[in-house]
Amino acid sequence: MFLINCPYCGERDQQEFKAGGEAHIERPKQPTELSDDEWAEYLFMRKNIKGVQFERWNHAHGCRKWFNMVRDTSNDEIKAIYKMGEKPPAQ
Amino acid sequence: MRNKYSVFSLIKNALSYHENWQRAWKDPAPKKEYDAVIVGGGGHGLATAYYLAKKHNMNNIAVVEKGWIGGGNTGRNTTIIRSNYLWDASAGLYDHALKIWEGLSQELNYNVMFSQRGVMNLAHNLQDVRDLKRRTHANRLNGIDAVYLSTEEVKKFCPIINTSPDIRYPVLGGTLQRRAGTARHDAVAWGYARGADAMGVDIIQNCEVKGIKRNGDSVEGIETTKGFIKTKKIGVVAAGHSSVIANMAGLRLPLESKPLQALVSEPVKPIIDTVVMSNAVHAYVSQSDKGELVIGAGTDDYVSYTQKGSHQIVEGTLNAILELYPIFSRMRMLRQWGGIVDICPDASPILSKTSIKGLYFNCGWGTGGFKATPGSGDLFAHTIANDEPHKLNAAFNLNRFVSGDLVDEHGAAAVAH
Repeated sequence: MFLINCPYCGERDQQEFKAGGEAHIERPKQPTELSDDEWAEYLFMRKNIKGVQFERWNHAHGCRKWFNMVRDTSNDEIKAIYKMGEKPPAQ
Repeated sequence: MRNKYSVFSLIKNALSYHENWQRAWKDPAPKKEYDAVIVGGGGHGLATAYYLAKKHNMNNIAVVEKGWIGGGNTGRNTTIIRSNYLWDASAGLYDHALKIWEGLSQELNYNVMFSQRGVMNLAHNLQDVRDLKRRTHANRLNGIDAVYLSTEEVKKFCPIINTSPDIRYPVLGGTLQRRAGTARHDAVAWGYARGADAMGVDIIQNCEVKGIKRNGDSVEGIETTKGFIKTKKIGVVAAGHSSVIANMAGLRLPLESKPLQALVSEPVKPIIDTVVMSNAVHAYVSQSDKGELVIGAGTDDYVSYTQKGSHQIVEGTLNAILELYPIFSRMRMLRQWGGIVDICPDASPILSKTSIKGLYFNCGWGTGGFKATPGSGDLFAHTIANDEPHKLNAAFNLNRFVSGDLVDEHGAAAVAH
C-alpha cells in the first residue's frame, strides 16, 4: 500500500488505482503475420523484474485515465510517473 | 546412519533431556560438481531432491537455498490440501499429490500432521451454485471424492457459519471434499530435507544463486554466493523469484509475482474442525492445532517482491469472515505476513523442460502450491531424471503458451486466484 501521484488528480491512495501490468509492450503492427512464438511473447511473456520496472496504471476510482509509472518492485518505491505517449525517463 | 523416529527413540532421548538428538540434516559446503542442482529449498525443491535420490538413484545432487529451508512460501501458506480441480489435467496432478500425502508421514518417518478434516467451498450466488455443481460432477468423473451440500447441510457440517438468508452474500450451498485437509507446513520441508539428506543429498543454505552459466544451448553450472558449482542439470523451484532466475539464464517466463497475504488470530479452543473456503467473498479459514484461526487473504494486483501486501486486502477478507462467522467478531489477530506468489496467465503451474538443455522449471503455482508439494516433487524429479515429463505433468509444459493449449483454472478452480 502506497500513495500514487496521479498526473491528473495529484496524490491519492493506491486503493483508487488498478495496476495494468508491464508498460511499453507494443501491439503487433501486422497481427496476421505473427508466428505462434511471437504471439506467446506478446500475450504472455513478462519481464517480472525484481527492481526497477516500467508499468501501466489506471486511476480506476478517480479520473479513470491511464498513465505510466517507474517503480522499484523490491521496495515499492515509485521513481517516476509520466503520461501515456510521453517518453520514459532514462534510467 | 540415520536414526529412526519412534516412541522408543522418544523415551530414550527423554532420559537424556532431549540433548542428544541426532541432527536431522547436515550443513555441508558445496562440492565442485553435482549431477543435478535444485535451486530453492522450499517444500517443492526438497521433495524434488528427495524423489530424485529415492526413485531415480541420483544421489550426487544438491539443493541450494538463499535463506533457510522452508523460509519462503512453504512457511507462509495456509496449509490447505485439496484436489477438487475442474480440468482433467489439474485433477490428475493434484490428486496424485493428495494420494502421496495420505502415506507421507509413514514414508518420511516424520509426522507432517496431515489431517483429512475436509475442505468445504461455499456458493453465494446462482452462478457459484452452477459452477460448484459442475465441478463436483467433473471431480467424480475423475475419481475424486466430492459432494454437493445444501445450505442446511453446510450448516450441519460447520455450525458456526451464518446461513441466514438476509446477509449480503447468503450461503446457497457448498461442496465438500472429505479427503482434503491440512498439514504442518514446516514439517513437510523438514521431513523431506531429512529424508533427502539421509540419501546423500547436500542441502546448502544461505547460498544465493547469482548467475547461470550457459554454453550455447545447454547449462554448465551456477554462480552462487558460495562459489561456482558445476552441473549439467538445474531444476529451478524458486516460486516468486522464478523470473529472477530465468532472467539470469536469458529465458522468458509468463509469470507475474505478487504479494499474497495470510494472518492468524490469537489461539482459542477448538471451534472449527474443517477448512472453509469462499471464492466469491474471498475468505478462507481453518484452525491450527495450536488453536489459531488461519486466514488466507487475496493477492495485490501489482507486481511486488516486498512480502508485505496492502492493508485493504486484509480488511476485505476480515469483513467477509465476520459476516460469515459473527462468532469471531471479538477475535484479535496476532500476526500477518505476505509471500510472493508467481502467477501464470492460466493460473496453472509450469513443470517443464525449457529451450535450454539441462534447465528445468517448476513454477507458476501461484496462490495454491502447498497442496501439490509431494506430487510436484515426484513429477519434477521424473522430468529432470528422464529429460521427459511424466504423463501427469505433460500438460503443464512451458510450450502451452505458444500452442494455446492452456489449462485454464482461472475462475474454474475452487478459489479465486
